[in-house]
This record gives sequence, C-alpha cells and structure tokens, in this order.
Amino acid sequence: MPADYLWLIPLLPFAGFLINGTLGRRLPRPLVSAVALIPTFLSASLWVWLWFTMKAAGAPESIHSTITLFGNSWISVSGFHADFAFTVDHLTLIMLGVVTCVGFLIHLYSVGYMAHEEGYWRFFAYLNLFMFFMLVLVLAANFLLLFVGWEGVGLASYLLIGFYFKKDSAADAGKKAFIVNRVGDFGFLLAMFLLIANFGSLDFDTIFTSISQHSEWQGGILTAIALLLVVGATGKSAQIPLYVWLPDAMEGPTPVSALIHAATMVTAGIYMVARAHVIFDRSPYALGVVAIIGAATAIFAACIGMVQHDIKRVLAYSTVSQLGYMFLACGVGAYTAGIFHLLTHAFFKALLFLAAGSVIHALSGEQDMRKMGGLRKRIPVTFWTMTMGVFAIAGIPPLAGFFSKDEILFRAFTSPNPIGKLLWLVGLVTAGMTSFYMFRLWFKTFFGKERFEEHHRDAHHGDHGHAHGVHESPLVMTLPLMVLALLSIIGGWVGVPAALGGHDEIGEFLAPVFSGVQVTEVVSHSTELGLAAVSVLVALLGLFIAYVLYCKKPGTAASYAQKFPALYRLVENKFYVDEIYQALIVTPLLVFSRLILGTLVDGGLVNGSGYAAGASALGLGALVRRVQSGNIRSYAGWLALGAAAVIAVMIFGHTRWLN
Amino acid sequence: MTVPISYYLILAAILFCVGVASFLIKRNIITIFMSIELMLNAVNLTFVAFAHMWHQITGQIFVFFVMVVAAAEAAVGLAIIIAIFRTRQTLNVDQVNLLKN
Repeated sequence: MPADYLWLIPLLPFAGFLINGTLGRRLPRPLVSAVALIPTFLSASLWVWLWFTMKAAGAPESIHSTITLFGNSWISVSGFHADFAFTVDHLTLIMLGVVTCVGFLIHLYSVGYMAHEEGYWRFFAYLNLFMFFMLVLVLAANFLLLFVGWEGVGLASYLLIGFYFKKDSAADAGKKAFIVNRVGDFGFLLAMFLLIANFGSLDFDTIFTSISQHSEWQGGILTAIALLLVVGATGKSAQIPLYVWLPDAMEGPTPVSALIHAATMVTAGIYMVARAHVIFDRSPYALGVVAIIGAATAIFAACIGMVQHDIKRVLAYSTVSQLGYMFLACGVGAYTAGIFHLLTHAFFKALLFLAAGSVIHALSGEQDMRKMGGLRKRIPVTFWTMTMGVFAIAGIPPLAGFFSKDEILFRAFTSPNPIGKLLWLVGLVTAGMTSFYMFRLWFKTFFGKERFEEHHRDAHHGDHGHAHGVHESPLVMTLPLMVLALLSIIGGWVGVPAALGGHDEIGEFLAPVFSGVQVTEVVSHSTELGLAAVSVLVALLGLFIAYVLYCKKPGTAASYAQKFPALYRLVENKFYVDEIYQALIVTPLLVFSRLILGTLVDGGLVNGSGYAAGASALGLGALVRRVQSGNIRSYAGWLALGAAAVIAVMIFGHTRWLN
Repeated sequence: MTVPISYYLILAAILFCVGVASFLIKRNIITIFMSIELMLNAVNLTFVAFAHMWHQITGQIFVFFVMVVAAAEAAVGLAIIIAIFRTRQTLNVDQVNLLKN
C-alpha cells in the first residue's frame, strides 16, 4: 500500500534540507541541485503512485488512510492526546499533488534562475525545508500538527523573503511577513484552545465526528472557533486586514514568490477553512464573514493591482485578489469551487511568476514594466507560456482559470446567502479588473516599443549579479514554464460543469469530503450558461480596455491618471494602508515600548533592581573585606572573641538557647 | 590538707588568659611563640588536675601528647621563624603580612 509510505513524502525533502543545510556550503553546485531535486522528485512520484492506487480503490473509506509516527506518544498530557499522525483523503490528495508537482517544477526552474547567485546551497536548503513543512501542513491529521506545518512554512517564508539579507528592504519584508503572520497565528492558537476546551481533542476525525453527531450544535462556540480560525487564515492567506505582507514578500527571489507566495503556502488558509468546513457549516455568521472578507479582498487588491508598475507586485496583488476569490467560494459554502480555483490558480499563478522571473532574468534584474515593452520576439518561449497564464487568469475559455472562476461566480450567484447576488457582482467586477490588469501587464511587457536599455553591464540590479543582453532563459527554466502552461490550459477541464457538457470531475472527487454541505439553489443550465457568457464578456471587456489604453494609444492611461490625480495617487499608494497601520498600530506600539516599557520598566525597574543588587553585594564585600587583613594577631583576636562568645553562651545562655 | 581543684583551674585560666593576651598584644614573633606554649601549658595543668581528681591516667597521657606536639611545633616553628627573619630581616608580625590581598 502506498499509504504506508506516506511519511516518506514530507521526510524526503527534509533529508534534502539536512544534507544541503549542513554540507551544502562545501558541495559543488550540481550536487546541491541533485540533493534538492531528487527528494522532491521522489515525493512527487510517490504522490503519483498514491494517486493512481487510491483512485483505483475508489471508495471514500479506502481513500481515507491515517498513519501515526513515533508510536502513539507525540503529546500525551492528562486527558489530552495528540499524535504525530498523517492522514490522506480526497482533499489532501489534491493539495499534495499541487505541492509536490508544482513544487518540483519550481525547484527545477530555480536551478536555472539561481545559477549565478551566492548562497545557492542555502536557497535550496530553505526551499526543501519549506516543502517539508508544507507537506506536514497538508498531511496533518490534527490541528496541532497542522499548526506545526503552518508555523514551519512561515519560518521558511521568512527565510526566503529575506534571502538577500544584505538588502535592507528584503530583511524588512521578511520581518513584516513574519510579524503580520504572528497576529493571525494568535487567532489560530485561541481557536485551538477553544477546541481543546470543548472537545478535549485536536484530532480532525474526533472533532468533526462529534459535531456531525450533534445536529443541534449551531453557532455559539462554533462561531467563535470559526472566526478565530478565520483570523489565522487571513494572516497566512493574505486577506484583509492582514494582506499587507504579501506584496512586500516579492523582495524574495522570484521562484519563492511563485512557490510560496502564489501556489502553495498562501493557500494554506483556504485549505484550513475547507478542512474545518464542518465547523464553518454550523455557523452562517462565520461563513458570511469569510465571504465578505474574500469579496472585499478580491476587489480591493485588484484595484491596487491595476496601477502598480513593478511586474512582480502586479502579480502579488493579483494573488491576494485571487485568494479572495477562494475565500469567497468557501464563504458561500462552495468549498469544492474554492479548492478547484486553488488548483488552477496554483498552475497559472506559478506560471505567471516564473515567466515574470524569466523576463526579469532576460533584462538582468529589471522589474519595472515602464522599462520593458516589445519583448515578444526577443524571448518567444517566455512570451507564449506567459500568454497562456494571462489568458488563463483573465478567464478566457477554455483555459483553466475560466472554469474555476466561473464556478465560484456561479456558486455565489445561486447561494442561499442573502448577499449572494451582491457577492457575485463584486466577483464579476473583480474578474473584469483582473482581466484588465493582466492584459495591461501583458501589453506593457511584450508589445509596443522597446523601452529597456540593451546593455547595462555595469548595472547589477537586485536579483541578478550577471549582466548581458536580452536573452531567452535556459531550458531548465523554460521546461517548467511549458509544463505549467500546458497545465494552465488543460487544468480546468477536470471541473467542466454539466451545463457545458462536462461532468465536474473534481466536484465528484471531492464530494465525500464535503458531504453534508448546504446545497445551492437548483437553477437551469441556461442560467448557468448565461452567467458564464456574462463573465466571458467582462473578461473580454477588460482585454479591450487594456488594449486601447496600453497598445493602441499608449499614453491614454497616463492622461487619465493626470485627470484624476488625487484618486490615482490614492490607488497607486495602495490606499495608504501601510501608512495607516504605521500610524495607528506600529507607532503607538513603538512609543509605548520605548517610553513606558523601555525607559520606565526596563530602565527604571529592571536595571534599577539589577544595579541595587550589585551595589549591595559590593558594599557587603567591602565590609567583610576588612576582616581579611592578613594580620595574624587580628585573626587570633577574632578567634579568641569567638571562643569567648561560645563560652559565654555555654555558661550564661545555657537555659535560654541550648535547650 | 588538699588543694581544691578550683585553685588549679583558676591558675590555669589565668595562665591561659595571659597567654592569649600576650599573643594578641606582642609584636615579636618569638614572644608570640612563647605565649602559645604558655597556653598549652595552661591546658596541661587542667589535664593533670582533673586526672588527679578522678584518679585516672588519661589526662596525664594527654599531657604527654600535648608536650610531644608542642616540641614538634617548636622545632618547625623556630625553623619558619628563622626563614622569615632571613628573608624579611624582621620579627615583627605586623610587617609579615604576605597573605594579605
């Protein structure tokens, strides 16, 4: 049974991390690459084996398998028990596939992308460490182990964002990501405490079984748990109000942006909500919050994405926006649609990031789209693969993004949720904006006249220490691009809805996991087709506007921007959210820390008592030191005095002290 | 007529106190040495007195031990005193404070 080897899937990358982390410095680069790539490849192969065996087995019971490592005693404290246990079911299988396969492709790409970097071994050690923790997160059989993976990917993300640690902005971005995530983790921890208090366990099976046995449990404590879980999810999945770290995380190397900050780690929040859907289903209130957060994040981030100039930042805001879509889907109870979009998004967003990395690579580190243009013929493979990604995310049929995005919009529209129609409208507008800013990126980068300087041999920009003319990336980089482009084209076909002649394979596959989820209103196929047509039209509208503004009449956008300077500046500066956080939270905290804690408590109380202890010891020492005069007669005098005292006690104090 | 034991003890105490006092007061190391002998002899006197009183030999034997130790001490002590005098050219204990600090 392949499930017996489940533990190998995360442990292989961990072995890679250990070897590269300890010996990597002394190993030659090809060996470092091999140590990093082979375990990842084996994990992916194991997943393929697992997939085929379990798919063949079919039934939900045989696909649900749990193994416990370290016997039964990871944590066992009076009445509370948690195992270091891995579990696999339909949902896990899909997530595992995304993490191992996309992860492997990005590892492969990194070999080319990072080839000229210092700290090559360090990069791959971190990347393998990330794979380990992400797989632990996905495979965990209880909330506690999930949290271990959750924190672990946060650590790996921190290390990789700050990979260029000599650059201040990178180090700061790493810290920001880490600290913002701590805020979310606080919510997650509280949720776990509530779970322990109410269920005495953190085990998925135990908790979900006991909830499904009590149909009268609605809202109440379950709402509290769900809302706290949402707080955790907003941190990891970069949702309002904790999304601010993700755009900054683009300071890390581009493959990291693709792997961690687009395809895998940031989807952990959606995975967690889907995993804990039994809790969410009992709380319409929490679900509403999830849906509203998702919709708001989707449109808000899309707004900002429309005016960014840094190619990676556009993609970063796009990621935030797409994650909002997934949240929206979960919020209306369409977990399958959320996971479906997670799957397709992993393909095309990883592709987009890697292609953007290839563009950056070609331009020796240039990330500003204002200095690109006309790259279509110079780097054809990158151009064509990225085109697939752009069309996929914009929702042009029959590419992957169309099916998953349309599924979410359809579910929102037909959900019994009273604000379902409004959510659908927000989603639709966001889809148009997504299409617009993606085609804006496409036109600005690949069309029009060339705006880059051909030879900047002296300019050593950010990522790249080497500089030469514009060139296509090596095969080791373009191969993953091609595979991902293929997946971006066909990835959506697993979820073709019945209205379009498919039979929604992913929906059927995930059905056992999400059984018992509220059903949507039954609507005719014509409605579904109508909705799909509307969203295609909106996507094409976005394409058209981008074409007019950036290709047909370049400069139009700039003139519009000048007409509404205040609005433009507001959006360009990301609604000043970072500044607001700075003013409302960071500055007061700093002032409080420095003045109250620093000066009064630390300076006065802590240092004061420390100095007092030192001074009193010194004073006592100075007193006692006088006795140690080195004079024999004074010693003898003390001796005699002592003897006299003893005798005095013996004679006079007999009754008082010695009885 | 027998002399009461207390007389011996008082004499021994006086001798001992004289020994202690001169040990503390005198600066000459040889005098100090002699005052130690004085204290030892005061103790010897009490031993003998008690041995006589209780008709037991133990005290007498202890006196011999004390005298043996005192003799050995005198030999070693005088050697040390000579060595100190040779290096420091003085017998004044206030100036022999090498152990200080």
